[in-house]
Amino acid sequence: MADRVIRGHVGIGTKVEGEALVANDNFSARYDLDRVKGVFSRPTHKLVGQNYVGKVLVLNVAKGGVATAWMLREMAARGMCPLALLLNFANPIMAQGAAFGDVALIDRFEVDITSAIQTGERVTVDPETGTVTVRGGGPR
Amino acid sequence: MVKLNDDERAMLAGQLGEPRRLSMEHILEVGRFFDAEDLVEVSQVHLMADTESTGEAGLQYLEMLGTYPEGERRVRVPTVTDPLGCDFAKADRINYPEEFIAQERRLSAAFQSLGILITQTCINYQTILPPVLGEHLAYGDTGSSIYANSVMGARTNFQGGPSALAAALTGRVPRYGFHLDERRRGTNLWELRCRPESLSDWGAAGAIIGRAQGSYWEVPVIVGVDGAPTSDELKQFGAALASFGSTPLFHMVGITPEAPDLASVFDDPPPDATEIARADIDGIYSGYRPGDDKLDVVVFAAPQLSLIEMQTLGLLLRDRVVHPDVTVLAATSPEIKAACDRMGITEMIETSGAVVLEGVCFYQMHAREIGKANGWRRLMSNSAKIVNILGGYGYEPVLGTMEHCIDSAVAGRIA
Repeated sequence: MADRVIRGHVGIGTKVEGEALVANDNFSARYDLDRVKGVFSRPTHKLVGQNYVGKVLVLNVAKGGVATAWMLREMAARGMCPLALLLNFANPIMAQGAAFGDVALIDRFEVDITSAIQTGERVTVDPETGTVTVRGGGPR
Repeated sequence: MVKLNDDERAMLAGQLGEPRRLSMEHILEVGRFFDAEDLVEVSQVHLMADTESTGEAGLQYLEMLGTYPEGERRVRVPTVTDPLGCDFAKADRINYPEEFIAQERRLSAAFQSLGILITQTCINYQTILPPVLGEHLAYGDTGSSIYANSVMGARTNFQGGPSALAAALTGRVPRYGFHLDERRRGTNLWELRCRPESLSDWGAAGAIIGRAQGSYWEVPVIVGVDGAPTSDELKQFGAALASFGSTPLFHMVGITPEAPDLASVFDDPPPDATEIARADIDGIYSGYRPGDDKLDVVVFAAPQLSLIEMQTLGLLLRDRVVHPDVTVLAATSPEIKAACDRMGITEMIETSGAVVLEGVCFYQMHAREIGKANGWRRLMSNSAKIVNILGGYGYEPVLGTMEHCIDSAVAGRIA
């Protein structure tokens, strides 16, 4: 099947490819994650208990406080980081954290990104062009 | 393309040293992401700075900057810090994990080498140098940002640690978001149908509005507030709104400086107002109601307490004894702690068995590990912000008024 390309705003970081982990929920590194175990820990989060390490995390908006700006670099240094973040709307904290931690980030897509990609799909994230390519995804 | 002036180009070219060059690169990366046309000069920086957030990686970055010559590494604008992660004087009392103490000392040394003022406070707008209307800032705590933007009419985005640090070293931030007039317009409207009666009520009202905010760019406008709330009430309201909503600005019509009336904050006719009634505020409390009355720890923090809150707490605890099964913690800034010492407030609080913590805030001091070290699970607070955060940290948080928290701490169970 043909690849499917989804366009967003020009992002931050370098091109990566990986497996998507998707939920129609929001994201904060401090509020939502157990960063030692590499799983979502907030009881009310739709991905609670799921391992996020090395995944292309696809969520709705950046929420919560400012700590994520520092935390992504530390998570990357310890190998406990998502591979990339795809959000409908990032906030400055997520952008600052991605820039400091060199984690790929794209937001402001032409569609609701949480319904455009499914968990388990292989995706290529290219921040320089602001595009996400779903491998073998075909048109939907 | 972000436009730069000569000074900014010199910094980017490394002519003013590597720390400023790295900072300019970071600023431009974020600026491009948000389509900033140029940079704006800031006059104050508030830097988030606990080792739980910086981690070893952030700490090493700060220490690396500290190895450059003084002229290259010193901050360019007055820079103050958020709470650090450890009150060294009270570390034993709360079983603070030893592994973090050395990290915290390294962090303080790194800040000192950069010329950063280690104020250890999230209420700098009450205690250090309150911003003024129209002043451009780089504030790095959601609570201080929303207060400065909303109550004082200053202008900042959330500048997380690395970006606040870059702002400190260059005196610049990218001009986007809440530095721009057009981003400061209202986007949704709320009517308070009842007057919040306590600090935790104000926090609950902030939580209701925060939960409904779709993204960072939403600006809630509140009507129906009859008479000015106090600084502490707006502090709790804003901190909760920012925490639940990731929201940096609100307008309160007739109260905050950019909103003398509705027409000043909406370009078109305002949207229909969502009403907040007493039952809605009560609903926030019941959302944190536990299944039994067990209680381990009571925390007053997030934001740190003002002198007035500390006095109120002291009077509530006077001639009472905290139950031996419960720990009571109250966090304030070093300036306020010194004032409390001088005025007998610290003694009034600590004679009851409660602990005053200085220069820290509970959720920024490795709360997960402290909880494990002390066997704390059920936590009670009058801060809606803290109950929002600590659910993800393995606690079972309960929201109550300051009076309810103290009555419970004395009884040894949720009263």
